[in-house]
Amino acid sequence: MSLLEVCAISRFFGGLAALKDVSFEVRKGEILGLIGPNGAGKTTLFNVVNGFYRPSQGEVRFQGGRISGLKPHQICKRGMARTFQVVKPLQRMSVLDNVIASAFLRAGNKQQAAEAALEILAFTGLQQDRDVISKSLPLGKRKRLEIARALATKPELLLLDESFAGLNPSEIEALISIIRDIRERGITIMIIEHHMRVIMSISDRIVVLNYGQKIAEGTPLEIGRDPLVIEAYLGEAQHA
Amino acid sequence: MIKLEIFLQTLIQGLLLGGLYSLIGVGMTIIMGVMKIINLAHGELMMVAMYIAYVLFTAFQIDPYFSILIAAPVLFFLGIALQKYLINPVLRVEAIIPENQVILTVGIGMVLANLATIIFQSDYRQTPLSYASKTWYLQDYWKSSPVDLSITAPWLVTFLVAVLITLGLWFFLARTDMGKSIRATAQDSEAAMIMGVNVDRMRVITFGLGSALVGAAGCLFIPIYYIYPDIGGQFTLISFVITILGGLGSTVGAILGGLVLGLFESLTATYVGMGWAPVGRFAIFVAALVFLPGGMASLLKSKRMK
Amino acid sequence: MMKNAFPYIGLGALLLFPLLGFSSYLMHIAILVIMWSVIGMAWNLLGGYCGQVSFGHAAFFGVGAYTAGMLYSKLGLSAWWGIPASIVVVTLVALVIGYICLRLRGPFFALATLSMGVILRITAENLVKITGGDIGIMIRERTWVEKIWYYYIILALAVMTFLVVKQVVGSKLGYYFVAIREDQDAAESLGIDTTYYKTVALCLSGVITGLAGAFYTNYMGYIDPKVVFALHDISIITIMVVMVGGAATFSGPVVGAVIMVLLAEMIRSIPKLGAAHHTFFGLLLIVIIIFLPNGIVGDFEKIRKLFRTRQEQP
Repeated sequence: MSLLEVCAISRFFGGLAALKDVSFEVRKGEILGLIGPNGAGKTTLFNVVNGFYRPSQGEVRFQGGRISGLKPHQICKRGMARTFQVVKPLQRMSVLDNVIASAFLRAGNKQQAAEAALEILAFTGLQQDRDVISKSLPLGKRKRLEIARALATKPELLLLDESFAGLNPSEIEALISIIRDIRERGITIMIIEHHMRVIMSISDRIVVLNYGQKIAEGTPLEIGRDPLVIEAYLGEAQHA
Repeated sequence: MIKLEIFLQTLIQGLLLGGLYSLIGVGMTIIMGVMKIINLAHGELMMVAMYIAYVLFTAFQIDPYFSILIAAPVLFFLGIALQKYLINPVLRVEAIIPENQVILTVGIGMVLANLATIIFQSDYRQTPLSYASKTWYLQDYWKSSPVDLSITAPWLVTFLVAVLITLGLWFFLARTDMGKSIRATAQDSEAAMIMGVNVDRMRVITFGLGSALVGAAGCLFIPIYYIYPDIGGQFTLISFVITILGGLGSTVGAILGGLVLGLFESLTATYVGMGWAPVGRFAIFVAALVFLPGGMASLLKSKRMK
Repeated sequence: MMKNAFPYIGLGALLLFPLLGFSSYLMHIAILVIMWSVIGMAWNLLGGYCGQVSFGHAAFFGVGAYTAGMLYSKLGLSAWWGIPASIVVVTLVALVIGYICLRLRGPFFALATLSMGVILRITAENLVKITGGDIGIMIRERTWVEKIWYYYIILALAVMTFLVVKQVVGSKLGYYFVAIREDQDAAESLGIDTTYYKTVALCLSGVITGLAGAFYTNYMGYIDPKVVFALHDISIITIMVVMVGGAATFSGPVVGAVIMVLLAEMIRSIPKLGAAHHTFFGLLLIVIIIFLPNGIVGDFEKIRKLFRTRQEQP
């Protein structure tokens, strides 16, 4: 059953197409990886899905209803949360307050919000840092705080934008297990990632974008063998 | 016929005023484009230039148009000093209230206006110029003209000089290396830095340049207006309105915005009443905010796309 | 223990203050300090907590003041009706201002609100038939001669405001305000309707400021557009009260109000310096922004350290 349907989405900036006629679906309960070279339009796609941008053409459907045209906060209320590639913690709030602020979305009062927040902090391994002001957290923990905050809105679908970038190997292992636990809780995940080993190991399926177009879709095994994908990545390597 | 005459005269007056407004607005716009801050002391800097021109005239009988050559450089260095020693340090200070630098420029403006009051008293002053009332009439040149329109010498000269300076600025930004560096800084300061542009220096120079421009505008105002110490605040607001009207940070937009504002104010003054001209100014400002969020610049862009 | 008792002791002292028989001038100063505390706390809710810096709070103050004044001059009612009436009127005005200005962010919001203040001043100056124009409105029958009743009324308003702020800051609303201040995009993607909550902050802040304005009309007995819609002497001083005291702190606006009112009175009382009071305020503003960007309360640690190191190095 599909939770999210991206139907023929295009998004133009000025005359340039950042996304061209992209269609795919996210099925309930899966982890869908979204990969592609730099500038392929992955974050733009997230911004369209979560409502920061309106699609120029096409529509996005979530849980059977059309969501393109809604504002991000409305989409979040319907059960979609996201993290940002460049982390956006509420800088001068403590870690706990960050998560409480998001938990209010589904909580009746402050006590309920605080309880939910504490539970999520324990789940994401941040309980020791609850009173730290979030701008003084190291990057690895800030990335985790982003996830904790998104989880506090009790999403059906979680969009993760490069949560692994800049982490050391032990942090990566820990985060992989957190993401698997999130899926165990019945939350569907769509993840943008550059880290090939990570994406190949945790994704059920992968969608590949290049120059704003979908060039491939399939299981990690299929994607690893796809000549178009290999060319896109080799092309990038040659430019770099 | 009288109605048409009044209308055309109003348009001319609005256009002349608009040319000057463009110059004032452009100064604020380039500072905003490069520094990403609004300089709320902009009008007060203009007031400083006006008093410089006033003093030069009363003490040495220097024509206000010539005093541009003195006032603009003085303002250039005043702007540089403000940017270097007050605004720049604050850009690095962390505070709860994010609009620190803007509030800082309010403080600077208050001090300047108040010092002017102390030095010159709050009297309205004017510079008596020999050519102040020289006027040309259309019917003197074209006898059979159905309408008689007039233009006064100071207004015309002021307008022409304002256009000249604006064109000079445009040339500077478009063609010279430093102008290009300034534009690069405005577009993307990080990229500019990587390309080897001395971004900090460009910021300082831009602040000086913006101040010099509004300083020149101040001198141009002397022959057609009177001065008083609190005159600055009103022009700070005018330049902000122009900046919004033009589209934040767009030089061409600011020029158009200035012209539109001048025309609109002139029309309000003629057809609604003198006292309401400032309300007309803000009415168009509100309309721009609500209906044209990207300002004139967005109109230009969407046209180019087609 | 002491910390819990402190607010009650403070309140008791404030309640007893007028009974000590101070001169009418000192009572006047006390009333001004409390009134500015109210305005400062109101601004702090919007600027300090929600991060939307308004340069135009004179708009709300003036509308409140004129609501009271016009009920008297046009309808012949007591100007005290202005206090309940201004809640409605200022809410409407705040909704309109919010609709126009809140689509802008940061400094552009600030300047847009500043323009709103100016628009309202010019309107009040020009609608001579309705507002009396430049001549203003004079309340001929003063309710009381002694200042003590005015003192208790504004004190009640201040206590109420303090409780409202305290309540808001500890609740969902407060969390949402701070989330918006810290990062609007993040807040929006966490399900916070930023436009709605910013409007709530603006209305709350505006209404409280308007109440202070309605009080001002009753207390001073005279208003005109230049005074109640003043850019520097209302809007900017409001910001200074909060900045000097400390944004996003409970006591900051009160501390700021005490300092600003006393400073203003001191400067005005010295004849030679009186004319230069904007210079002093401007310089104070510059000094505060550079050295104590979070105000006296917010940067208290900084101040304490400064004095400590001085003592240690004789």
